[in-house]
Amino acid sequence: MIGNSERKLALSNIAVAYVAFLIGTFCGLIQVFMRNDRLELPAWLDYYQVLTAHGVLLALIYTTFFIYGFLITGMSKSLGSFGPKVRLWSWVGFFITLIGTTWATVEIISGRASVLYTFYAPLKASGWFYVALALLIVGTWVMSFALIGHYVQWRRKNKGVLSPLFAYMTMATFALWIISCLGVVGAVLFQYIPWAFGFVDTINVELSRSLFWYFGHPLVYFWLLPAYMAWYLVIPKLVGTKVFSDSLARLSFLLFILFSIPVGFHHQLGEPGVTDFWKFLQVTLTFMVVIPTLMTAFSLFAVFETSGRQKGAKGLFGWVGKLPWKDIRFTSLFIAMLFFIPGGAGGIINASFQLNEFIHNTLWVVGHFHITVGAPVAMTFMGITFWLIPYLTGRTLTGTTKKLAFVQIASWSIGMLLMSTAQHVLGLLGAPRRTQYSHYNDNPTVLGWFDGFFSNTATIAIGGTILFFSAMLLIVIVLRLWFLEPRSAGQDMYAEFPLAESDTSATPKWLENWWIWIGIAIALIIIAYAIPITHLIQDAPPGSKGFINW
Amino acid sequence: MHLHKFEKIWLAFGILTLTVFLGIVGFTAFAQGQTPAGGQDTIDPEKVDVTAPFDDPGVHQIDDNTYEVVIKAMTYGYEPSEIKVPAGKEIIFTVTSKDVVHSFTIPNTKVNMMVVPGRISHKSYTFDKPGTYLTLCNEYCGTGHHFMYTEIEVFEE
Repeated sequence: MIGNSERKLALSNIAVAYVAFLIGTFCGLIQVFMRNDRLELPAWLDYYQVLTAHGVLLALIYTTFFIYGFLITGMSKSLGSFGPKVRLWSWVGFFITLIGTTWATVEIISGRASVLYTFYAPLKASGWFYVALALLIVGTWVMSFALIGHYVQWRRKNKGVLSPLFAYMTMATFALWIISCLGVVGAVLFQYIPWAFGFVDTINVELSRSLFWYFGHPLVYFWLLPAYMAWYLVIPKLVGTKVFSDSLARLSFLLFILFSIPVGFHHQLGEPGVTDFWKFLQVTLTFMVVIPTLMTAFSLFAVFETSGRQKGAKGLFGWVGKLPWKDIRFTSLFIAMLFFIPGGAGGIINASFQLNEFIHNTLWVVGHFHITVGAPVAMTFMGITFWLIPYLTGRTLTGTTKKLAFVQIASWSIGMLLMSTAQHVLGLLGAPRRTQYSHYNDNPTVLGWFDGFFSNTATIAIGGTILFFSAMLLIVIVLRLWFLEPRSAGQDMYAEFPLAESDTSATPKWLENWWIWIGIAIALIIIAYAIPITHLIQDAPPGSKGFINW
Repeated sequence: MHLHKFEKIWLAFGILTLTVFLGIVGFTAFAQGQTPAGGQDTIDPEKVDVTAPFDDPGVHQIDDNTYEVVIKAMTYGYEPSEIKVPAGKEIIFTVTSKDVVHSFTIPNTKVNMMVVPGRISHKSYTFDKPGTYLTLCNEYCGTGHHFMYTEIEVFEE
């Protein structure tokens, strides 16, 4: 069990995460019925407000707070209790993030910021919305630097020793996060805030979009890397073996830092202002993440097979039956991984340069991120929740809650499968994303979006309803684990932090020389961005004044 | 650093397919001209109505086989509202925005480009079949976003 103060810190983060989850999934439920013309909102609320809230609360707030809850716990578990300074700054960071979050949510709900979470200049939200977002990010930086401080202290006390894998991966995640946030912080501080408060009249739109996507893509890896940490470190423990290869695990995280940032133009392939050369260069860099992804897939299946064979499995696939399917902590993560196979394949399609035009801004993309962040990442976080909350509250996961957890994971899978498949199919039929219901003058193209099984917005609504049911079930489980379950007797496996051993004897020391890797990351960023960004600034057209179209 | 033999094979196979894949994408893009929409021309977003070619929006024949369609996007529609082009001819769409970011998207075709204020987007496309083609905005532009569409009449010549 970790120290009391870290437990409170982690639980506070997780509490905020699940409040955001509750409101965010409810917004999702409203959307699936509105798109199908089955629901009308009261006059004071509109679809795009609900959409903005859904995106911000789930993709940004739920993920971020949950990630810090998980990482704080793991850092305390693997490096020891926090000192007073680390504790203080973690709390300071938490409250700054919380203030930013609450403030931004209030701005959205009160209708002053229906700009969606990708900002969309020259749509202009209230200046305070951007201030709130800046606070949110600065808060996460403060929390990150508190944990980095904890790591640095440990390294000083343990000279010449590789850090535990959990701590190493946490540091890689923060390196990625801090470097990538520079883009959005730059855009907010130097473009949006002066413009929204009226210090300057106009904004350079294409520059603001490019700075956003410099941040927007690594953001998805910021969600994914903590999920990968669970796949690399928790899964082997649950199946009763060790981390497959310590050095490969570390190398794959380094490659994610290098190849997830200089790639933002693949979100802007159909945009003017950036030449084909720079778009294609970033497409090439984007695809380099295939390498660490393949390494991760190999490690995972190696872990599954080794553990199965240790338990006496025979034949080519005999090990499948030896996996601990009755352990919800394992099963939830396994299903999460399965979703990532079509999720990754879809990602390859999206980033494929000219092929992107066929799916860009269609419902296909919505389907894509629901089977990447909405299933692999979210279901991994759910699987972590099932043991992390008991671990932190000292309670145990009993039979009833365990059954509820299986129902929750099963319903999330079915709901997501229905909803995301329909979204992919409708996207291929041209249905746009981020739109309220519209029949577009009953054009024959549109009629195809409302009949058929998967080519039907009704299927999205059914899937979405199942997902909402599952989300509410998860809230019930969280509350039970927090307040109602019996206190654990101390020997209970569900109240443990499952952390696999990782043999560092063959791991080269240069993998933990951060300056080299951060240096290479920055060099790649300069190569991919310096010239096109300079061009966007120097050869900019007259800027745009703000618009409030809501 | 130790690599398992199977992992070496797995990674070599992965990297090889990746190289072939990027080679094909790059070849179709740069040798066959299949590049996504874009454009380097700029314009003052406040003066779109008085700046060529947007002072005269609509369909213009360039030569026997090529037409340019000049379109202004705005909340929530496109100008001109009526567009008629022949099938089987190259159509170059030239689009800019008078206000916020929009898209110019014809579902089921490869015409799907972002329209950014201050910049001019181009895309060339040849319609094979005549018909009424739905054209819509798929980039959020305000509360009326889902009402932003037009239809393009493609006729047999």
